Amino acid sequence: MSRQVIARVGEVAPGSCKIVTVRGREIGLFNIGGTFFALSNRCPHKGAELCRGMIVGLAQSSMPGEYRLSRLGEFIRCPWHGWEFDIRTGQSWCDPTSVWARHFHVSVEPGSQLLKGPYAAETFQVSVEEDYLVIDL
Amino acid sequence: MNIAVRQAPATQRLKIVDCDIHPVYRTPAELHPFMSARWREHMATFGTHFRHGLHGQLPYPRMMAAGMRLDSFPENGPPGSDLDLMRRQHLDANGVEVGMLIALSRGGMEERNLDFGAALSSAINDWQLECWVKKEPRLRAAIVVPQENADYAVTEIERRAGDPAFVQVMISPRSSDPLGHRRYWPIYAAAERCGKPLALHVAGYSGGHASTSSGWPTYYIQEHYAMSTGMQNTLTSLVFEGVLERFPKLKVVMIEGGFAWVPALSWRMDKHWERMRAETPHLRRPPSEYVREHVWFTTQPIEEPENPEHLSEIMEWLGWDRLMFSTDYPHWDFDDPRQVFQSRLTDEQKTRVFRDNAKALYGLQ
Amino acid sequence: MKVPLHGAIDCDLHPAMPSVPALLPYLDEFWADQFANRHIDRLPFTLSSYPPSSPLSARPDWRMRSGAPAADLDAIRRNALDRFAVQCAICNPLHGAVALFNDDMAAALCSAVNDWMARELLDHEPRLRASILVPGQSPHLAVREIERVAPDRRFVQVLLLAMGETLLGRRAHWPIYAAAEKHELTIGIHAGSTYRASPTYSGWPSYRVEDYVAQSAAFENQLLSLVAEGVFQKFSKLRVVLIESGFTWLPTWLWRTNKTWRGVRAEVPWIDRSPAEIVREHVRFTLQPIDAPRAEPQMLLRTLQHMGSDRLLLFSTDYPHWQFDADDILPDGLPEDTIGKILIDNPRDTYPRLRDPVMGQAQGTGEKEVR
Repeated sequence: MSRQVIARVGEVAPGSCKIVTVRGREIGLFNIGGTFFALSNRCPHKGAELCRGMIVGLAQSSMPGEYRLSRLGEFIRCPWHGWEFDIRTGQSWCDPTSVWARHFHVSVEPGSQLLKGPYAAETFQVSVEEDYLVIDL
Repeated sequence: MNIAVRQAPATQRLKIVDCDIHPVYRTPAELHPFMSARWREHMATFGTHFRHGLHGQLPYPRMMAAGMRLDSFPENGPPGSDLDLMRRQHLDANGVEVGMLIALSRGGMEERNLDFGAALSSAINDWQLECWVKKEPRLRAAIVVPQENADYAVTEIERRAGDPAFVQVMISPRSSDPLGHRRYWPIYAAAERCGKPLALHVAGYSGGHASTSSGWPTYYIQEHYAMSTGMQNTLTSLVFEGVLERFPKLKVVMIEGGFAWVPALSWRMDKHWERMRAETPHLRRPPSEYVREHVWFTTQPIEEPENPEHLSEIMEWLGWDRLMFSTDYPHWDFDDPRQVFQSRLTDEQKTRVFRDNAKALYGLQ
Repeated sequence: MKVPLHGAIDCDLHPAMPSVPALLPYLDEFWADQFANRHIDRLPFTLSSYPPSSPLSARPDWRMRSGAPAADLDAIRRNALDRFAVQCAICNPLHGAVALFNDDMAAALCSAVNDWMARELLDHEPRLRASILVPGQSPHLAVREIERVAPDRRFVQVLLLAMGETLLGRRAHWPIYAAAEKHELTIGIHAGSTYRASPTYSGWPSYRVEDYVAQSAAFENQLLSLVAEGVFQKFSKLRVVLIESGFTWLPTWLWRTNKTWRGVRAEVPWIDRSPAEIVREHVRFTLQPIDAPRAEPQMLLRTLQHMGSDRLLLFSTDYPHWQFDADDILPDGLPEDTIGKILIDNPRDTYPRLRDPVMGQAQGTGEKEVR
């Protein structure tokens, strides 16, 4: 397993997704309330660019005619067939145990730590003044 | 430091024929060059006159991005309106050798004002030619005609019959009478005469009847499903009214209606025809034989069983020569050619479904 | 293939319906008077879906020399109950009352038919059970009839038709499901139409055979209506039986609905598990008609595999409708344990009232209130 520096923390605004390429793979980076998550940009259903989908909340109901929205900003809907994936875990909502998007562990590291190595930085120089997102591949 | 290397998209080695691509105009003004002043004026003043309660929108709102792939929106205009994006994102990326245009909006199939419908039909056919086929040699058009106006439909078919840019005649199976009804027969006679297949693709609420035999559905999941039951009813009508007996050279393509239901419906038609034969003496053979000889089905939206092998069995029963691949680009329930089949197909089956069946049917050798 | 054992449960049998004069003892004086004055007592109340002389409506060897097929108990016993050695059969009353627009008149006739069945059929033949005929077009009156008849536990089901004015999943129908669930009655949806809407989304086919073929598509849409509207979330104990629906269309329905649901789930968020799971738990299908090619029995056997559960099919004769010849009622090649399930276990599991401890004895509740 290798650790890759893939973005500056400031590049991924809360509620948004930034797609980066890491060692040939496209990965979507998400910021949910200051915590960062990473999903493969490939929908496990039919290979669409999952991370270009809409970031949504979760619609639930305990009875027909009743509607409840929760977990705003924590789900992504595939841009093709609309399947819903939990950004935190990559699991599909409808088939959590059999359909999931590959997800990666992401941590925030200050530049000063990274300079000590051993990290591979994808696209830029690491600077001690900034914090970076580091992914485990 | 590692330089990011963009992973190349999986190369599509097999060149395919896509039997269902939906071109759209940026604005209705794109049709203006193909319409007389009288109809431009009418369109601006009265607009389209359809058989449902909302103007310019569907009464069953789609789930996402108006029913389009979220990644198919060009800079300007709706999905399907930008030829360059269509080329990049679909024709080039997916190895499309030939793509069949299925132009749905304002083609006159839904229009209640028959004279306006005729003008729209002619305009949409000119538009397909000038704005799409002439600019992109991989694309082919369909002669879109208003099925409720058989006289005009025949005129328009005959006008375009000699143009190889138009590979089929298109009407909506969601019609005012089931399509086997004799008032549509002149259309089939014209299609048969000019040797072009008859393509059936739903256009909005073109017939004016509820989506099911017990009225209107509540939710989009039901409305989406009703497209397949409607296609089943249409096939039943074409068979039992004797269209496929009376027009022996007519070929029919059922687009975007699903296909896994075909064996079960064929069995059902056969069983009950057998007992009730005296009612339809004009049928000289079992229904399933007519289906096998006259009808093709496009693959999208492909059914997805829990066990993918089950779908292979269905395709075996239906016939590997009856299926033609389609994507429905740019709609949301798009099928990607690399991913569409979950079970293993032999190379021969793949080439037939992805390419050769369509080439044979449309004479594209 | 013949039925190889005794004790099957026939989930779809059609006794001939009584004439209006035969219903007079079961109608109150207002309606009796109306029917006489308006000559309604001369009307046959035959559903369009089953014209009496059509090949579908009765097998030739089951047609009586005089009178309608299945018109008397002896014929029913001989041709269905004894012939197939069943332990019980459920009578599904196909009566034209449900096609009337006058809801009160429809309700009065339905009540009379139900009382007639209890007195003339169920009281005389302990093997018979029945579905409650209700005016489905008026849920309020349908519930009233269900409440009235439910105490007689020989009535095991509420009968509705596959093609009606509105889709059966819609909330306006829910009082019917509430009443059925409360009284341990299944909901039986039977092929047939009141023709309130055209039989297809393109209007009216020319031929009867087309309308009959179209029943399966009607069932597909009704089933999706029940699932999408959340009927099985709201009524978690409810069981629905699709009767004379065909079933070989089911695998495609399961595959397509599951797939679409995953993308459009947010509009119907009360669907908390896959539609296929919901159907496999709550819905059953009677055996006749078997829409499969006799010459290729493997195709049917494979289709049964595609359905993904051996608990879905319920034995039926559909007597006297013509769905098979001689005694060739079961498909060939069925595994033995599947046969047992279709013939006995699945019906028993589906109809709670069939599990009453005193099955086999005629049960009545005494004098009925004749309105």
